[in-house]
Amino acid sequence: MIRIEPRQSSSALMTYGIPVFSAVISLLLAAIPLTLSGAPIGASYFEMFKGVFGSKFAFSEMLTRATPLIFTGLAAALAFRARLWNIGAEGQLYLGAMGAVAVGTGVFDVSGMFLIPIIMVMGCAAGASGMVIPTVLKTKFGADEVVTTLLLNFIILFFLQYMLEGPLKDPMGLGWPQSSPILDQGMLPTLMDRMRIHSGLIIALVCAVIAQFMLVRSVWGLKLRAIGENASAARHAGIRVNRTLMSAAIVSGALAGMAGVSEVAGLKGYLTSDLSPGFGYTGIVVAMLAGLSPLGVVAAAIFIASVFVGADSMSRAMGVSSYLEDLVVSTSLLCVLLGGFFARFKFVRVTQKKEVMQ
Amino acid sequence: MPAIIQMNSRKVLALNGLSKTFGSVVANRDVSLDLYRGEVLALLGENGAGKTTLMNMIFGHYMPESGSVDIEDASGVLVPLSLGNPQAAIAAGIGMVHQHFALAENLDALDNIMLGSERLNGLRRYKAAARDKVQEIMKESGLSAPLTVPVGRLTVGERQRIEILKALYRNVKILVLDEPTAVLTPQEADTLFKNIGTMTKSGLSVIFISHKLREVLAFSHRIVVLRHGAKVGEIATSQADESKIARMMVGAETEEHTRELMLPGKPILRFERVSAAGRSRRESLERIDLVVNKREILGIAGVSGNGQTALAGAISGMLGLNSGDILVDGITIKDGRPSVMVDAGVGRIPEDRHRDGIVGAMSVAENMIIECLDDQEVQRYGLLKWDAIQASAEKMSVEYDVRGPGTQAPARLLSGGNIQKLILARVFKRKPKLILANQPTRGLDMGAAADVAKRLLEARARGAGVVLISEDLDEILSLSDRIMVIHDGQLTLAKTRDRAELGLLMVGDAA
Amino acid sequence: MDILQILLSESFWAASLRIATPLIFGVLGALICEKSGVLNLGIEGIFVAGAMTGWMAVWLGAGLWGGVLFATLAGGFFGLIHAILTVPLGLSQHVSGLGVTLFATSVSYFSYRTALPTVTSPPRIEPFRPLDIPILSDLPFFGPVLFQQTAMTWLALFMVGLVWYVFNRMALGVAIKAVGDNPNSIDAQGLSVYAFRIGSVVAGSALMALGGAFLTMSAFDAFFFGMVNGRGWVCIALVIFASWRPGKALLGALLFGAFDALQVRLQTEVGALVPSQVFLAAPYVLSIFALVIVARSADYPRALLTPWFKGQR
Repeated sequence: MIRIEPRQSSSALMTYGIPVFSAVISLLLAAIPLTLSGAPIGASYFEMFKGVFGSKFAFSEMLTRATPLIFTGLAAALAFRARLWNIGAEGQLYLGAMGAVAVGTGVFDVSGMFLIPIIMVMGCAAGASGMVIPTVLKTKFGADEVVTTLLLNFIILFFLQYMLEGPLKDPMGLGWPQSSPILDQGMLPTLMDRMRIHSGLIIALVCAVIAQFMLVRSVWGLKLRAIGENASAARHAGIRVNRTLMSAAIVSGALAGMAGVSEVAGLKGYLTSDLSPGFGYTGIVVAMLAGLSPLGVVAAAIFIASVFVGADSMSRAMGVSSYLEDLVVSTSLLCVLLGGFFARFKFVRVTQKKEVMQ
Repeated sequence: MPAIIQMNSRKVLALNGLSKTFGSVVANRDVSLDLYRGEVLALLGENGAGKTTLMNMIFGHYMPESGSVDIEDASGVLVPLSLGNPQAAIAAGIGMVHQHFALAENLDALDNIMLGSERLNGLRRYKAAARDKVQEIMKESGLSAPLTVPVGRLTVGERQRIEILKALYRNVKILVLDEPTAVLTPQEADTLFKNIGTMTKSGLSVIFISHKLREVLAFSHRIVVLRHGAKVGEIATSQADESKIARMMVGAETEEHTRELMLPGKPILRFERVSAAGRSRRESLERIDLVVNKREILGIAGVSGNGQTALAGAISGMLGLNSGDILVDGITIKDGRPSVMVDAGVGRIPEDRHRDGIVGAMSVAENMIIECLDDQEVQRYGLLKWDAIQASAEKMSVEYDVRGPGTQAPARLLSGGNIQKLILARVFKRKPKLILANQPTRGLDMGAAADVAKRLLEARARGAGVVLISEDLDEILSLSDRIMVIHDGQLTLAKTRDRAELGLLMVGDAA
Repeated sequence: MDILQILLSESFWAASLRIATPLIFGVLGALICEKSGVLNLGIEGIFVAGAMTGWMAVWLGAGLWGGVLFATLAGGFFGLIHAILTVPLGLSQHVSGLGVTLFATSVSYFSYRTALPTVTSPPRIEPFRPLDIPILSDLPFFGPVLFQQTAMTWLALFMVGLVWYVFNRMALGVAIKAVGDNPNSIDAQGLSVYAFRIGSVVAGSALMALGGAFLTMSAFDAFFFGMVNGRGWVCIALVIFASWRPGKALLGALLFGAFDALQVRLQTEVGALVPSQVFLAAPYVLSIFALVIVARSADYPRALLTPWFKGQR
């Protein structure tokens, strides 16, 4: 008979080793679909590696890809810490992007020093609003936020299509459903010449550091962790659970909104309905790989972005379907879940020891 | 009346040297005991003595590290029982009623009784036949319960009877009852034992776990005492008396609490026609009046599920009032949230310390400050003063004897007694004017329980008022200056300290 | 009014039932999982997997019923992953479910792209045809509504009855309900809580996959990326709306189908006045509304989301 018993403590090796191990395993497992699609394994991995580390440009592309993932990863990590299941980062990202476009394309023709903060504040507010609604529905009516945030993603996408065909449509866009471009002075400055990498990355890193500090060292962070780990005890201790939940929702939604701001004002310049290839959903994977730790989110986002960029260039070179990247990313989530289990529990063989006669 | 041990009767069960450890904790060490046909065997011991673990090994829930169990087969011969296998135990005719009932609350009693005894792939069920059989058993045993109401809507006593009926329905020969009276009124308990008496006449053997000396002496044939997982005594009930078995239980004479008499001061807590909704009507408060004075411990006695949770909720701020007023130290509390109560000087020791007392994943130090996050000693501009928090946690751990892997370790790693000490430290550090202690010693060993009692008496001496809610009448009697009984959400001041009369009040039979 | 005309038309009700069919499968599947105490957010991905596998099997020549079989096997497989992660290992049902959705979706898309790397327009199969039953099909109103549906719609309706029967008339269903309320009640009888939960999740997931298969094998005749489009999530909302009752689940799916059918027709009527996205988003908004209305009174299985470990009572 085998029984599952909780470990009394988990070592640092477990805490940091398991996500790394899961990441490696999910990469190795990619060999199976590679073989099935007839690609040479060694060459494929080499192409994948080259796609990330092969040139300065490749590496900067990877960091460009990691930027929105850090934001959505932080959005998921902070919400999940409060046990608020925000699965709506995808929708909140688009809300943030719409907010940025709404104020950034000419309504305020001011200098960048003012316009960039205006764009960011508007984007954060729009993103936050996308999480405030489900949280109110949860606290006031008891509606499960998992389902409401998931469904809101679809509603927001329809709203986006309407906005891009109507109020936000670019009159110079030759009929394409896209927004007008963000004013030049409203764009986040790029970090390197001739590269797409932009200062959204710096903002993302600053957010991660602040989030980590606030979570561990602030009263707000303590309350957030308390309601997430044991809402009943937190309430008994005098913490206002719904209020704390709402603050977590606002921060989470705002961070997801920032992902949209950073993509539209840092990279694309204008908004289309395919701005995000699922950054919101991938953010959940990032957060889980990070063990819901804000600084871990940075590392996890870099890993996932490497998979995306590396597998993308590999699949073009080897003629493998680019859905391989999604496959690796989803496998890494399942692996880290499984790994998290081994960090917290151990299998114990329960046997009846034979007594030794003396 | 206890009969003489039926030594001439057949042996139906024999445990031979069972041992079990959980990690480094020895739950049972080399326990052997026999059970005879028609016998009522009491398994007595303090909390944590290993009684439940021992029974769980018989029933196959746990696997012993060593030892064996023999049980009588159909032809009356003792044969080895396959261990770690609940199905073998069931097949051999053992039934167990756990403290936490194993009932599905969304099903009715009949479905619960039939559960697991039917073929799962059967296209239809034979409920009529089953109902006839259950009714037959009810008639024979004297146990009765409504069969067609979802179990979630029944009382605790009814649920317990369903559990026993479930066992009898499977023709058990041996029935194990884990603390069967913990949730019953004294009168319900008497009825239960009367029914057990009827059942043993037809050959059933019963083991019941208890830590209540009185019922053990009154209703068993034989007593086995466990201490620290080992069997420390076995005695025919007819030859036992309270002090003898109490000595076996704790290893020394139990000390009576000596409670110094004090002159109560001014009222510290006042309820004025307070109404608050509990989970059911029976558990709701209806226009309650209550006064607790300084330097006074008010004991609230009663059977669980009679409004204690609502009463504690109202005092701790967990439950909003429908009407009425609560005054703490003469000031009416508006909007009684937990934080408001803490600020008003109310210290709260919650009933369920794991659920409401601590955040297990957070550190001991963090759990110590979680009620005073606005204090200047703890934070500045919303940032925690980490060094000060750490230093104060170390100091409090020493002062309140909180033992464990340290103040940085997650609180869930502490034992039940140390969790309670952590809560005591948190509560008493703030020198509360009023203390709500809800079941403060439930599940604690004697040392930790004595510590709780000492702290409560100290607080009283300092001038605080205490509301002590407990189902343990002994605890109420030994600590309280005044006693009120709660029944059906109503409070009655007890004018007596007589157990029998208190028992009557607890079932609402006011004289 | 025009709306009245729409509501009285046969084609409207036939369309409602057609739109409801995948939801019926999905809601029933989710209901079985949740009754046993396991939330299965893998549903969206399992829909995709069912749609892809069923279609692919038919395309490779397994026949329509072969397609149905392979779809259920695919659903059962992804359900098993979710079941192993959440039942014996007791991991977060939310995260595991999302993981299964991402995994099942990416496996399906990857397989489809690998099998058909270069096609521009998706290849078509010969889908299920409406069952034309002589005489009955010619009945006024009911004839066209009921008897012009495909075999899969009939299968869905049959499943409603079957699931109801299992939960209300069979010992098996009673035991699953008990596991979802208090696993100890099953454990105390020496039965395996794990077996009931894993079995329920696998069976429920197989049923979900049929919802996806309906899309590629009955509603359409090809597989498109993004064709499931949130139908799985809608089912999760509908289970709560249905208070975990098969009959109400049918009602909920039909209401949703009717609303969806209505919005398509209204769009043609008043499309000039109201943006089309309002109509497209309306069913999702309706689902959230339904959830909000019933959420407080919903009769959740008590053990839903709570892992149970053997020997830790």
